[in-house]
Amino acid sequence: MTTPLPPDPASSYPTAAELSSEIRSGRLTAVAAAQASAERIAALDGTVRAFLHTDAERSAAWAADADRRIAEGSQSDLAGIPVAIKDNLCIEGEPCTCASRMLENFRPPYTATAVRRLLDAGAVPIGRTNLDEFAMGSSTENSVAGPTRNPWDPVRAPGGSSGGSAAAVAAGMAPIALGSDTGGSIRQPAAFCGVVGLKPTYGRVSRYGLVAFASSLDQIGPFARTVRGAATVLQTIAGHDPLDSTSLSDPVPDYLTDLDEPLAGLRVGVVADHFDVGLDKEVADAVQGAIETYRSLGAEVVNVTLPHSKYSVATYYLIAPSEASSNLARYDGVHYGHRAKKFGSLEELYERSRGEGFGNEVKRRIMLGTYALSSGYYDAFYLKAMKVRRLIQQDYDAAFEQCDVIASPVTPTTAFAIGELADDPLAMYLSDVYTISANLAGIPALSLPCGFSKGLPIGLQLLGPALSEPKLLRAARMYEFTTDWHTRVPPLQDQTGVTP
Amino acid sequence: MAEPAANPQITREDVARVARLSRLAVKPGELKAFTNQLRAILGYVNLLDEVDTADVEPMAHAIEVRDVLREDVPTPMLPREAALANAPATDGEFFLVPQILGGSDTPSGK
Repeated sequence: MTTPLPPDPASSYPTAAELSSEIRSGRLTAVAAAQASAERIAALDGTVRAFLHTDAERSAAWAADADRRIAEGSQSDLAGIPVAIKDNLCIEGEPCTCASRMLENFRPPYTATAVRRLLDAGAVPIGRTNLDEFAMGSSTENSVAGPTRNPWDPVRAPGGSSGGSAAAVAAGMAPIALGSDTGGSIRQPAAFCGVVGLKPTYGRVSRYGLVAFASSLDQIGPFARTVRGAATVLQTIAGHDPLDSTSLSDPVPDYLTDLDEPLAGLRVGVVADHFDVGLDKEVADAVQGAIETYRSLGAEVVNVTLPHSKYSVATYYLIAPSEASSNLARYDGVHYGHRAKKFGSLEELYERSRGEGFGNEVKRRIMLGTYALSSGYYDAFYLKAMKVRRLIQQDYDAAFEQCDVIASPVTPTTAFAIGELADDPLAMYLSDVYTISANLAGIPALSLPCGFSKGLPIGLQLLGPALSEPKLLRAARMYEFTTDWHTRVPPLQDQTGVTP
Repeated sequence: MAEPAANPQITREDVARVARLSRLAVKPGELKAFTNQLRAILGYVNLLDEVDTADVEPMAHAIEVRDVLREDVPTPMLPREAALANAPATDGEFFLVPQILGGSDTPSGK
């Protein structure tokens, strides 16, 4: 772990809270903030490639609307704040490609509830971010548009699948972003890019308008430069939605008022197996360092066990592809999406449209899921995985009897090089080992910066029981308050060679 | 309860069958790579065989899903025009597909 550097305000770009205070004090307009984001995207995105599309005119219109509402006295923390949106979340009339040829011309007829709530709060979408096709991947390389680059080192992957959203926030193109997390797709890119990423409790945020991958695991969540930024977005997007019957009706607590209050008597659980073979020493040291920080802040560090966690990757890669094979059956070349030019029968129309429209990773997962659900294999694969899933959840229930949060690594390594794991899907899947079980158990988890190794960020994961977001965010803030990792910015240069 | 042992190695023919079940056109040249990759993944997931899951209830969802009831009140639906707007082929009223029964007045690709 490298030594903390003093924060350098001149090189750090504004957080959502700083931007909000500028805007609400009248020193900055929403239109100007959106313009500044657009200029930064123009200067840097030739290198980073975080965005698939932007629509300056529509962003300006949303910003003008935000300025009007601020003039009318809007008190929203997000009024005028630029937000980057992962390209698997629908906005009426805007492209929503899922980084797939299948949806290259799709314009959804409705807006996702999470995006609708951000718009209602005055946030200004400034572009659609790159992802692994249909959110299937851990590197943002499986994109029809090509990979996004890690702002800390452009030869490295930003993580995935929400790599574009993480990179956009890390590069200062937007202070906040939305992503989706099915097996780590918010937390892993947050760790690789050195930003905060939160996967809320399953059902806390409506999935309406999120293009479905694995419906029992998918959850929308925020990226931000700080814990407060992530909490502010969650406050806005959380809550029951009649349009998603799996969204929870539990009232949404206040995530912000007590956020800066340290938790007295916090019990931090540590799982010895997490620090076993396969974990890079620099990552282990940084995470152990963070655990020591908690101890020094008065937290009790408790050893807990998750005996079935070593089965989580295998369980996930049966359940998620099974659900995907069913969800993606809707792409038939008939209702919307790609249709092959040449076909004879209806059968051929389906096979060719899907064969041409989907990339290899999506095909692999559809086939894997179809196989796991097929006659003769259902019991051995899918049913077995659903049973192990129960055991994984029970492990967490037992662990959270003894602790309030579990601290762990997010990833076994810092950001890997683009292309490094591209030909070995299994190795790529195994890189999700620390994040996947939270989705299987439905519990909230976040990643926040806890160090650097050779110039690349390292993430600390905190997990808590279902609906424990208030405590989880406060625990994260306690650590963040003592460090300056989140104030560091990547050494990016724009096309003209000038460091912004 | 006793559970059947998972697969022997998945073969190229199995993958071709699964591609057909999935309605995915896969080129013969791609079958080999998919077979090797699926074989590696399925070999790995066989790890689950060592877990004793006797008497464990399968868990299909992260939260216990209950029936959700609401008043049956009519609300506006997606207008036909919007529902058809993204379709590759329509006649303005219906989605168009190639002929599946006898007759000759349905469209097909060349």
